[in-house]
Amino acid sequence: MMRYFLRRLGHAFLLIFGVSILAFLFTTLAPGNYFDEMRLNPQIAPETVAALRAQYQLDRPLVVRYASWVNSLIHGEMGFSFAYNSPVAPLLLVRARNTLLLTVTATVLAWGIALPAGVWSAERVGRLPDRLISWGTAALLVIPDLALALGLLVLAVRTGWFPTGGMASVDFEDFSLLHKLRDLALHLALPILALVLSALPLLVRHVRAAVAEVLGAPFMLAAQGHGIPRRTLLYRYALPAAANPLISLFGFSIGALLSGSLLIEVVMSWPGLGPFLLEAILSRDLYVVIGGVLFSTVFLVTGNFLADMLLYWADPRIRTKSGAR
Amino acid sequence: MQTLIKVENLVKRYARRNPAGGQEELLALDGVSFEVLAGSTLAVVGESGSGKSTLALCLACLEEATSGSIWLEGKDICKVAEKERREMRPQIQMIFQDPANSLNPRWRTLEIVTEPLVLRGGISRDEMKKQVYALLGRVGLPAETAKRLPCELSGGQRQRLAIARVLALEPKVLILDEALSALDCSVQAQIANLLMELQGALGMTYVFITHDLGMAAHLADEIVVMNGGRIVERGRAEEVLREPREEITRRLVAAVPRLTRSPLAPIGR
Ligand SMILES: Nc1ncnc2c1ncn2[C@@H]1O[C@H](COP(=O)(O)OP(=O)(O)O)[C@@H](O)[C@H]1O
Ligand SMILES: [Mg+2]
Repeated sequence: MMRYFLRRLGHAFLLIFGVSILAFLFTTLAPGNYFDEMRLNPQIAPETVAALRAQYQLDRPLVVRYASWVNSLIHGEMGFSFAYNSPVAPLLLVRARNTLLLTVTATVLAWGIALPAGVWSAERVGRLPDRLISWGTAALLVIPDLALALGLLVLAVRTGWFPTGGMASVDFEDFSLLHKLRDLALHLALPILALVLSALPLLVRHVRAAVAEVLGAPFMLAAQGHGIPRRTLLYRYALPAAANPLISLFGFSIGALLSGSLLIEVVMSWPGLGPFLLEAILSRDLYVVIGGVLFSTVFLVTGNFLADMLLYWADPRIRTKSGAR
Repeated sequence: MQTLIKVENLVKRYARRNPAGGQEELLALDGVSFEVLAGSTLAVVGESGSGKSTLALCLACLEEATSGSIWLEGKDICKVAEKERREMRPQIQMIFQDPANSLNPRWRTLEIVTEPLVLRGGISRDEMKKQVYALLGRVGLPAETAKRLPCELSGGQRQRLAIARVLALEPKVLILDEALSALDCSVQAQIANLLMELQGALGMTYVFITHDLGMAAHLADEIVVMNGGRIVERGRAEEVLREPREEITRRLVAAVPRLTRSPLAPIGR
């Protein structure tokens, strides 16, 4: 257990390290930087710009900048935002929290629906309910995420059922706790709906396929023959047996939902990493971009790490193999 | 001895898509009738595709027959309601050809044999554990296999485990669909002996399904030969082997290795 765990953890850290270097390279190699526009401004003296560049070490070699960035990371700052004139980490944390709220809720909901729906469909392969689900998921699959989000926005504006932007009402601070939660849920509803609808079809299809394949296995027949009730058969036998590809899909779905979140956030003006990063990229706010990329990576890697642990826990055969090694 | 199972005019029709895209009917069982005496062994022999597995699945209530009846002690198991059928299921158990697939690959031996005991209920966890070890001993599995996964056992051990699992349900009828076919010769003989020993001790009734007429004659009291979903020949085991009447039976006899064809020395009987 410990060895498997540590090896995975090692992989995760290596990956994050690699991504941080790449992020550094790419943001530096990209043309232009934050102070280019200042240089064109005749009211700012070239010496001032040079002084600012020196202050932010933009005139130093890449390796030195990387080292001092790592140093500031260790001190919990993650570099400095030119635009906000403040350390990056606290800026990012607030937005990352909002993004996490979106992504995690959407992941939980999407899987919470996909599992029973897929199992239900798999139990009825080829029959009418199964075909309805297949058509429904096929239709959802061909709609681009962006179109889905815009469609929902239009719907919300027309009906007025949901607030159409932001994360809280203006007078949020005056609400009671219960009222606050309700307000948050209402604001969450639309982006979450867009995310879940975009992720769901793929998940349902995979769950259905994986479970349907297991249902015909002789050990399922044997268990059925023992007289084990249908529901137990489906959820205690079939689902765990179908779990391995689904757990890998779970890791992948976190990534898909995260990138989906960033897009939806921009469309629905959710104050998360998405709009923040977009703004930072446009203004070449170097360390914010790097920090955002790093945050996303950490989140993805954590998701995959969780999936690995889940796999280890769910399949005793992996334990036996890694134990033998 | 009295009749335990009586099969009457059993028909199973599968709808199948033909390559041209249309629906096509396939008669996997075409009016099968036979009886099995309590405590005896009936062998069902036939070439691949003759409908043996379909018959096994129908007998075990894992496939629904298109028409016909299967009587178990005077009750038509095809006609009872699903709830009652589930309560009857333990009485008719099945052993599959490939023990590697018929055991839950994620469960350890202990869990696999405990499951049917949990289903029967009425005893404490400790008592269950004791019974599991007793069952493992009964089928000749060492106690240390309790902590093993199916993939860590040999083919013969897996089939023993499959037997231990069904024994936990105390079935009256055991349907063995090519249960020995996937095993090595020497292991086949060991499991065959185990089966006979268990039958002697517990009085179970066997429906032994195989394409190997030699093994059938060795284990069974009676043999029915199937071809194309029908029973084409039936009789006492030795007779069918000695004087096959049908062409298909002669082909099956010819496939039996000479050494085992005669004399027939039943082991452990
Ligand atoms: N689920 C099924 N759907 C369609 N056809 C089937 C199905 N199961 C078996 N068959 C057909 O029924 C016939 C008998 O098969 P089976 O009972 O498996 O024979 P055996 O066990 O003697 O080899 C074969 O032609 C097979 O293709
Ligand atoms: Mg078969």
